[in-house]
Amino acid sequence: MAREIQPQPQNQLTRALAELRARTPARLVVGRAGSSYRTDTQLELREDHAFAVDAVHSELDLNRDFDPQLVASYKLFEVQTQAHDKAEFLKRPQLGRQFSDEARATILAHCPTDVDFQIVVGDGLSSAAVVSQVPALLPLLAKGAQARNWSLGRTFVVCHCRVGLLNDVGALLRPRVAVLLIGERPGLATAESLSAYMAYRPQAGHTDAQRNLISNIHARGVPPDQAAARILALADQMVAQQISGIAIKEELTVNLDGKSVASRLA
Amino acid sequence: MTYSTTVRYQRYTFVSLAEVFAKANEEKSGDSLAGIAATDQRERVAAKRVLADITLREILDTPLIDPANDEVSRLILDSHDAAGFAPLAGLTVGEFREWLLDDATTGETIAGVQQAIAPEMAAAAAKLMSNKDLILVAAKIRNVTRCRNTLGERGVLGIRVQPNHPADDLGGILLTVVEGLLYGCGDAVIGVNPAIESVDTVAVILHSLDRLITVSGAPTQHCVLAHITTQLAALERGAPIDLLFQSVAGTQAANASFGISLDLLREGRERTLEHHAQRDVRWIGQNVMYFETGQGSALSAEAHHGIDQLTLEARAYGVARAFAPHLVNTVVGFIGPEYLYDERQIIRAGLEDHFMGKLLGLPMGCDVCYTNHAQADQNSADNLLTLLTAAGCNYFMGVPCADDVMLSYQSTSFHDGAAMRRLFGLKPAPEFLAWLEERGIVSGGQLAIGDMATHPLLGELQSLIGAVDVR
Repeated sequence: MAREIQPQPQNQLTRALAELRARTPARLVVGRAGSSYRTDTQLELREDHAFAVDAVHSELDLNRDFDPQLVASYKLFEVQTQAHDKAEFLKRPQLGRQFSDEARATILAHCPTDVDFQIVVGDGLSSAAVVSQVPALLPLLAKGAQARNWSLGRTFVVCHCRVGLLNDVGALLRPRVAVLLIGERPGLATAESLSAYMAYRPQAGHTDAQRNLISNIHARGVPPDQAAARILALADQMVAQQISGIAIKEELTVNLDGKSVASRLA
Repeated sequence: MTYSTTVRYQRYTFVSLAEVFAKANEEKSGDSLAGIAATDQRERVAAKRVLADITLREILDTPLIDPANDEVSRLILDSHDAAGFAPLAGLTVGEFREWLLDDATTGETIAGVQQAIAPEMAAAAAKLMSNKDLILVAAKIRNVTRCRNTLGERGVLGIRVQPNHPADDLGGILLTVVEGLLYGCGDAVIGVNPAIESVDTVAVILHSLDRLITVSGAPTQHCVLAHITTQLAALERGAPIDLLFQSVAGTQAANASFGISLDLLREGRERTLEHHAQRDVRWIGQNVMYFETGQGSALSAEAHHGIDQLTLEARAYGVARAFAPHLVNTVVGFIGPEYLYDERQIIRAGLEDHFMGKLLGLPMGCDVCYTNHAQADQNSADNLLTLLTAAGCNYFMGVPCADDVMLSYQSTSFHDGAAMRRLFGLKPAPEFLAWLEERGIVSGGQLAIGDMATHPLLGELQSLIGAVDVR
């Protein structure tokens, strides 16, 4: 039987290639069996898919999943959208864009309105992302707001939350800048990737055109300290220009250490 | 105007053409979400029967979205080829379906009337077709485009190398490109979705991809799939743009939610053409745009006007074809289960989109993909990939092991591209194939590289990758 199996590529990786390969989580240099994957690759992919699917369906529980100290120091509390469970949340996205009546009452009872900077945490499609990234991100953002003399709203956690909830946050609390830290759809490489969606004076009718996004906040993407710096820089721009969305362009290139690579290549 | 029919003694009445269109669709969770889907299979078939008897003239004369409020409707009407339409106008949708399937109707015949076929007509025909019908008709049509190479000729299957990185690390991006090239991929485009939507980042990636193409000599084009305004700002700062990218949708309001208008697309295309004229590159054609689309995007932006997602997708192609793109692909399955619930719906939508795009004259490719919250897996992607290759799809995505580590979804891989070319006896774009043979990557029509670590291309690119490495 003819078999087209290549020699183990791992053994022949030059050092330079190995170093380069370490810079991306992409599945490179895996070899091939004809025009297909080697068996190891095939099964690794199946394994990662199994875990990603599980991450979508796991529920967030503030008291179980967060350090009690963090919950206490930021007086975090948990509310729900109009989606009752994950299945309904997946099928009917509009329910995840609106607070339940109970949530509205709770938020109004506990949160100051008309603040300069409001941080909201939403589970989105991965509670694992929220659990992994928010504990590092939240203190950095709070510190940044303090350094700018901004009034900071009280942060709360929203279960079954979609990005469009930002409009409802605006209607309820009227913040100047709102940041929604929300779990991204789990990929095979990581289920711990968080997004920060931001809006200047969010309100009914806003779409993604009025929002700015920093995505891929996780250990191998944008680490929390860089994410916090970028979120705050965007907030500065929003405050200065009194607008958010496509009119605002990020000027930071933190992953490139600010050096002008373009000029070296031009 | 109301429409009615009787199916086995039961009377069905539809109050508008929009209702007939929506209810004649195959089942999609997005149409249910919008509250416009048929309530059961009997109502669905009643709507299909009604639709089969409506003439193309009537569809043209009954805009589903008022042109007074929607520039996409105006574009469709203003660009319609009235003279070419004469022989088609009297056909019912049922007759139009049969005419498309008729063995005597060739790809050339269809090409002759493409501008007379309005998007809503393509959508109507799709609603009456089986999956096999969608494949058969699409396979007749070749829509050929040219930029730095020639795509879409019969016998050619292109692959986009999609070397995304969660933090836009240039070394990681370029290494992924090199591996893609060594699998014979990258002829459609080397296209990066940036993680960071900043002008500086986009410009840096564009410069690096441009250098890589220059150094390697690969006859292909590059693209960074940021917002059109970000790309144009990068161009303003001196970055090279081969293909100007934008996501487009089928209504003015949905496009507004993307932050674009037809005027902006027009301006972007003109500026890119002017920029090409100033660069020292051997352009072989003026197809300079790259568009992505996908069923459900208008509903997602709450900009669907009560029209079904299949029809709105066809209208997005109406937008795309006005700008002579080099590449157009539906990103079917990316949007999530609330619009395309499972493998069955994703496969159906992929075949519908490819058929409609081809019929309307577009160089149609497909991002065969799924997310981890949909009822699908890589077997689903294998199925649609194979069906669309049979349908003559212009190109697919090439992502390392199909796992996009930035966008967190699964697409198709370098391996998949090689597999489809082997299975169907297809080749890369001709200019690109000549380069692959010259570099020893392809020999005798087969992939010749077993291990990229030993290929000279990697060594040659080491210096380039080193030059962009500022860590």
